[in-house]
Amino acid sequence: MLHLDFGFLNWNVISTYVAKGFIYSVQLTLVAMVGGIVIGTLLALMRLSGKKWLVMPAAAYVNTLRSIPLVMVILWFFLLIPAGFYSAIGGQFALAHWAELSAVITFTFFEAAYYSEIMRAGIQSVPRGQVYAGYAVGMTYKQCMQLIVLPQAFRNMLPVLLTQTIILFQDTSLVYAIGAYDLFHGMDLVAKNLSRPVESYLVAAVVYFVICFSLSMLVRRLQKKIQIIR
Amino acid sequence: LPRPARFDQRGARFDRVALFSGLAAPGSGRPSHKKKQEADLGSTWDWEIFLQDTGGGRTYLDWMMSAWGWTMLVSVFALVVALVVGSLIGILRTTPSKTLVFIGDAWTELFRNIPLLVQLFIWYHVIPQMFPALQAIPGLVLAVFGLGFFTSARIAEQVRAGIMALPKGQRYAGLAMGLTLPQTYRYVLLPMAFRIVIPPITSESMNIIKNSSVTFAVQISELIFFALQSSEETSRPTTIYLAVTVLYFISAFAVNRVMAVVEKRVQVPGMIGGGK
Repeated sequence: MLHLDFGFLNWNVISTYVAKGFIYSVQLTLVAMVGGIVIGTLLALMRLSGKKWLVMPAAAYVNTLRSIPLVMVILWFFLLIPAGFYSAIGGQFALAHWAELSAVITFTFFEAAYYSEIMRAGIQSVPRGQVYAGYAVGMTYKQCMQLIVLPQAFRNMLPVLLTQTIILFQDTSLVYAIGAYDLFHGMDLVAKNLSRPVESYLVAAVVYFVICFSLSMLVRRLQKKIQIIR
Repeated sequence: LPRPARFDQRGARFDRVALFSGLAAPGSGRPSHKKKQEADLGSTWDWEIFLQDTGGGRTYLDWMMSAWGWTMLVSVFALVVALVVGSLIGILRTTPSKTLVFIGDAWTELFRNIPLLVQLFIWYHVIPQMFPALQAIPGLVLAVFGLGFFTSARIAEQVRAGIMALPKGQRYAGLAMGLTLPQTYRYVLLPMAFRIVIPPITSESMNIIKNSSVTFAVQISELIFFALQSSEETSRPTTIYLAVTVLYFISAFAVNRVMAVVEKRVQVPGMIGGGK
């Protein structure tokens, strides 16, 4: 057995290497969650619209992204978004954080495919009679969706959406492929620069575990609460 | 150009992949990527690169096919590990024993709440350091177990749900007949439960192919690893990425078909998903 010594992990090391990556991981997760749910809801509405010219592209988009490995998608986005795009949206800062921004865009559009499947199930879980009731009192399609169906679909699916977000948080570690500076990249640098791979990777695992496990416990509690309301 | 050995590089620092992804020299930017991107966007498709020699006496096409082989090999072996371990853990979680349930729950939570990339790094860089006896194990085996155990948590969840979906009476009937608990599982519960969980296991089998892409990070010479290295060498990433993406599509589709055949062969007459 190896002797483990975590003493090297002082505040100085954490603030130099890890804090920046941790903040980026959280930002990436939050932006991709919000953006993904918005785009995913639009995709779900397209797929349930019954109009062929809306259903086909949405279904193709979702099925394509769901059958490609995330790493491949990350590499594609990193390759295909031209440098001009980054300098247009954020100038020098964006060019310096090319990989990080590319990952934000990738995860937003990639997770949208997964969130859209959840929202589709959520919309389908609302009884059809409610839509008829909405039409009967003179609501338009848009009003029906906005005021009756989507709020319920969203509430019913909240635990699943959050569980998907926990998976998203774990998946953000895959920005490793393009070298973006996330939580794991920070720990990886500690491992290499301080020559402490064993301790660093163990700490990385513990940090991810604690965050994901406590979040999934919260989701479970939320699920119980929602069940009572229904 | 002599090609560096791509296997058993454990211990050696990430040379090529690290260089490519900018990990070797933090803060120095990613010049190789920018150069490559400019080179690529100016050109159109160049499928001839697949006939080019890699410098090791084989073409890029040969290399890609061998990489596809590694992807499938890792996926299939990891799936076997995941099915065996996942079934066992899933069963443990439905037994009456509190200890066994706790072990099963702990296993599932542990492997479900740590990202696969981090788990693979633990298998590759931590476990052989902590247990020197394991240093002789090739990286491929570690990757297979890493991916397999990661997936086992998901399979365990499905198997558990499958067993719980059965009416409680079936378990009681088995026990009342005088079968022991293992016999009840073997002859009453599992034959039904396994058939119920085939659809979710199909999607897990497709996931395992997708997830095998993460093993590039521990130097397994699979498709992503090929994509990164060969596009670095040839400056034709678009062509190579497209070829690799198509291979992933084909693999996932093939697994889907195989599992559809399995599902048809074992269906239970009279159940909703069963015989027509």
